[in-house]
Amino acid sequence: MDDPQHRWHDMGGEAAGPVPMDGHDFAIWEKRVDALVILGQQRGHFTVDGLRRALEDMGEQAFESMTYYERWVAALNQNLIEAGVYTLEELGTKMEEIKARGDTYGAVQS
Amino acid sequence: MPHDHHDHDHLSPSGHPYRKDNDGALTYWQTMEIAIRELMVEKGELTPAQIQAQIDAMDDRSPANGAAVVARAWTDPDFKTRLLDNGSDAAREMGFDIGPMHLVAVENTADTHNLIVCTLCSCYPRNLLGLPPDWYKTREYRSRAVREPRAVLREFGVDLPANTTLRVHDSTADMRYIVLPARPDGTEDMTTEQLADLVTRDSMIGTGLPKAP
Repeated sequence: MDDPQHRWHDMGGEAAGPVPMDGHDFAIWEKRVDALVILGQQRGHFTVDGLRRALEDMGEQAFESMTYYERWVAALNQNLIEAGVYTLEELGTKMEEIKARGDTYGAVQS
Repeated sequence: MPHDHHDHDHLSPSGHPYRKDNDGALTYWQTMEIAIRELMVEKGELTPAQIQAQIDAMDDRSPANGAAVVARAWTDPDFKTRLLDNGSDAAREMGFDIGPMHLVAVENTADTHNLIVCTLCSCYPRNLLGLPPDWYKTREYRSRAVREPRAVLREFGVDLPANTTLRVHDSTADMRYIVLPARPDGTEDMTTEQLADLVTRDSMIGTGLPKAP
């Protein structure tokens, strides 16, 4: 969006197509992201504004290419690293360790 | 015997098949969710029980909670006054955990219809209705609900008379709206529980109307 008056996420009033009516049941990993976002705030590591700032800074491309909870987990991670809960290196090490456990979400739970 | 299944690759440690949504190839973002969760547990930030309790609390929230509030407002004029005056307090009075958000109830009448949206993201009265439907979070709904709300409502099957006043309320993270739909005609003899069955999720967003008795 090139309009200097508002950023990409401020989309009220723009033209768009018919509202897509298909929905889905939330997967357990999505529910866990939702829970971690609530609990991370309750622990005082960030606020809803911090979450939104990360979501909005991801830009329009992320909105189009990532699912809702993919964007949320990325924003959660950014806020927790900024708060010093863990480091980027710790995250990378942990993700590699998890990937080595198996190929499906269910198989890699510790 | 739990170990009689033929394909052991698809069994969880408890000996049961995994849920379907756990069987797809592990994605980058799923891996990140697991990593964050395990790091927070290892660092003593959270316990697995706390995380599960939060998920359970969210799973327990459904439009039935909002429907109970609406049915009470239809049958108890004093409660309705309190609800329209301070939605958070009125919902708490019925035992619902509203958290820190301000809940604002907006009333549909014979000549006014209300519609809620969050043009900026996905703010929704989740403590009363559960998680928002996917369409609520789409570009199409967020953009058009404030631009051509009558056309949007027609896509949901609600065709408002031209002389009905339509008010669209844009939610924020701190202030969330819920629509108090108009009580349907012909429900004079129904109990509060029967009335609650008429109240749909969409009727509390404004994209629908209560069911006919």
